[in-house]
Amino acid sequence: MQSSNSALSWWRKFISDPVRTFGAVSVVLLALLAIAPAKNYFSEWRHYQNGYLRLIRNRGDAVTLQRHVQPGIQQIWHPELGVTDRCTSCHVGLKEASLADVSTQPYRKHPVIPHAIDQFGCVMCHRGQGAATTVEEAHSSTLAWEQPLLPARYIQSGCGQCHQKPLDSTPVLNQGRATLARYGCVQCHTVKSPDGTIIKATQDAPALSHVADKTTREWVYAWLKDPQAYAVSTTMPNFQLKDEEARDISAFLMANSTPVVGDTAPETAHKAADPAAGGSLYGEAFCSSCHAVQNAAGNLVGGNVGPELTHIGNKVKPDWLRAWVRNPRVYDAATEMPHYRFNDQQLEVMEGFLLAKKDADLLANVHLDTATPDQIAHGKSLVTEYGCSSCHEISGIKRPENFAPELTRIGSKPVSQLVFLERMPHTLPDYIAAKIRQPRAFGSGLKMPQYTLSLAQIDSLTTALLAQNERAQTLPPALMAPNAPASHYQPAGKAGQLMTDLACFSCHAINGRGGDMAPDLTWEGSSVQRQWLEEFFKNPNTLRPALIRRMPKFNLTNDEITTLTDYIMTVYQTPAFDRDSLPATGYSPTEVEQGKQLFYSKYACQSCHIVDAKVDKGYIGPTLTAVGSRMTGAWVYHWLKDPQLLRPGTVEPNRHMGDEDAKALTAFLMMQKGSVKSQGAKK
Amino acid sequence: MKKKNVALGLWLCAALMSAGCARKNAQSASPVASGFGAAVVESSGGKQIATAGTTLPQPLVVQVNDEQGAAVAGALVQFYGPAGTSFDPPQMLTDSSGQATTNVMLGSMAGRYQLMATTLTKAHKTVDLKMEEIALDYQRAWGQTLDDKYCSRCHSPESTPERVSNYDNLAVKPHPFTEGDTLNKISDADLLAIISHGGPALNKSPLMPPYGYTLSKAEMQALIAYIRTISDPPYQTSGMVYAKK
Repeated sequence: MQSSNSALSWWRKFISDPVRTFGAVSVVLLALLAIAPAKNYFSEWRHYQNGYLRLIRNRGDAVTLQRHVQPGIQQIWHPELGVTDRCTSCHVGLKEASLADVSTQPYRKHPVIPHAIDQFGCVMCHRGQGAATTVEEAHSSTLAWEQPLLPARYIQSGCGQCHQKPLDSTPVLNQGRATLARYGCVQCHTVKSPDGTIIKATQDAPALSHVADKTTREWVYAWLKDPQAYAVSTTMPNFQLKDEEARDISAFLMANSTPVVGDTAPETAHKAADPAAGGSLYGEAFCSSCHAVQNAAGNLVGGNVGPELTHIGNKVKPDWLRAWVRNPRVYDAATEMPHYRFNDQQLEVMEGFLLAKKDADLLANVHLDTATPDQIAHGKSLVTEYGCSSCHEISGIKRPENFAPELTRIGSKPVSQLVFLERMPHTLPDYIAAKIRQPRAFGSGLKMPQYTLSLAQIDSLTTALLAQNERAQTLPPALMAPNAPASHYQPAGKAGQLMTDLACFSCHAINGRGGDMAPDLTWEGSSVQRQWLEEFFKNPNTLRPALIRRMPKFNLTNDEITTLTDYIMTVYQTPAFDRDSLPATGYSPTEVEQGKQLFYSKYACQSCHIVDAKVDKGYIGPTLTAVGSRMTGAWVYHWLKDPQLLRPGTVEPNRHMGDEDAKALTAFLMMQKGSVKSQGAKK
Repeated sequence: MKKKNVALGLWLCAALMSAGCARKNAQSASPVASGFGAAVVESSGGKQIATAGTTLPQPLVVQVNDEQGAAVAGALVQFYGPAGTSFDPPQMLTDSSGQATTNVMLGSMAGRYQLMATTLTKAHKTVDLKMEEIALDYQRAWGQTLDDKYCSRCHSPESTPERVSNYDNLAVKPHPFTEGDTLNKISDADLLAIISHGGPALNKSPLMPPYGYTLSKAEMQALIAYIRTISDPPYQTSGMVYAKK
């Protein structure tokens, strides 16, 4: 009691003096005023800037580094890109090449990239909150922000915002985009490039309107239940159908199928053919360039243009198979399979060989009763419900439009609009990856099927989808790097029909259309000699011994060969030079000898090419033992001068060769006429 | 009274904390080992090269052996790596052939990642196995792509039916890019000279052609950065080395 009384009286005495009061209030005010500068002084970014100064103090180039440091909050501002980045306030050493040995963040130098950091800022690629000035707000998703830093494995999505054309240096993004098109994602989901073009699927699923000609209901049932059990490499997803659903869909597809005239061979008994002969015919026809087969070790051997053939004997009806190999275009006019002109004996051998590729257990447990009309009707409604006709043509069912949500801007979808699974991180990349990995986990009523994708494929797909965002759609036009427009080149006339029939475009590209398995033929007419081309069609010999994918023999008639050769020699000529400007023969021996010296010593061409089969061993490039009877002198000369001009992206280095050297080498190479015997020999 | 309150508070605190810990433990409950080995050896998956932040192309497979070198099933193997590395799963029991397999995702920084697999011996001692993986940044991953297209057909002796190596066909053998003993002694400038002007630029074989008119300077620098990264023994500034502290 006593003490509180005395304190009160002291207080009264203290405030009774106005000067003292004024003094006290001033002190309090000053203290309050000091809070703001103190907060600034103790801020995180200042702490990191001081740390940076301590870090560089004892380095050899401390003076240079210190001169580059600008105190205070730094900002990269690009309003047209929506970039306001203050990251460089703490990440001070980003541009210092000499800090290569520093591993502590935030002081590491930025890895080398093709763009200047100031040009685009940080959030373009890394996401996060550019404007934030504290570590947590900049990097994580907090209450006020929903865009956390992008994990490094998706970083190439940043490139994909501007670059629609595949780059050498973005393999993950390229793979993701290819997967998007190849696995048919874009059949159900619309995905548009910023220039408005809709991304198209690169693989057409087979039409099912005539499926009963090709296969049995039992196979369709087993396939629907588990496509990967039949072919591990198939892109068909698993719809996780119930037994009744698969039963009814298979019933509908069979009942709905109409026969195609001529796609089943009426003929004779199917004799058991010699399997050894089948194997060698399969090899000679280079079927494995497009079709894969699983070997005993479980590895897939072969290409992925056509379907896997490991268990083809379980699938196809023998009559249909024979007719298909005879001429695939009867059943499917648009198929990528060439029309080999096999004779009856070859057909028999091939049929026997393929039908033997089967697994006895695959369909052993499938027993289906005759379908009832109810089941067929139910099957039809299921086909509509699951959107089968988004990928497959099925007669009587229209291809649904906008069957699944559009994904053009999925990469900027707000997190608040997403429904997450339990225990998963609440970020957009995790959501997209989880949706691809197990789509049905997000709800029992969902129709998206289960894909069989590797972790790397899921990451690359997620990367490609993250590049589909608002910023990419609203880029200033000057920054857009669009993809080359799709080419619909179609050669004219009889030769054009023949080229379609032989499916040349499955392997060769011409004028921007076609595959990349075999050489581009856009300028083939300037490149090769007519006589060689005719011989090559009759008997395609090996040009590149190191390659296992080669041109097959199509058994063309002489008329067909003349038609094709005429067209190629006339139409596919480069405007860069005249094919006949250099002769095929008649070079002076001095020139030839000089060229030989250049070939073996100065340019050391023998490291990749073979001219003298006894001495030379290099086989990266085509064998040149008969190049003088194969190519035109003008092509050889201009190729030597600048190979990339004639075929962009070729591996042959540009030697920047002078006219004289190129002429001498051309003379030497054109004298390599080869012998007919050595041409026929295969490795 | 006050003391009792404090005690109660403390007790509550401890209970809550232990509850929190208990949940964490339940999530990563170690499987109980039924076998014990004497050594961990690598089966496959070491020395892989991948882009930073991505999953390694091949899983990491290790085997637990006993003193006689026979495989031990049911031994507990735990995987460790530097910060940013993740393992799926981080620990497991060896299968009937004594092997444990895990998928590895490297951290987001480029460099060498030192990983470790450990197991317990019967005497409850820890034995470990160290492995190294390489993470590439943008530039080095680009270099890897270029190596694959332009260089590896001659510089890598590895041959597959799909891709036959030209190494054995060359009279003067090229240096494989992992050959650190030789390549580490060549400066960046000299490497650039060889790539752009060919072998004769440094009195070496003309079988190495010049790429100066084919590749851009940035591409050649990307190649050099990649060559430096994969060399064995490591180049002195081949990037960071990350190990668990």
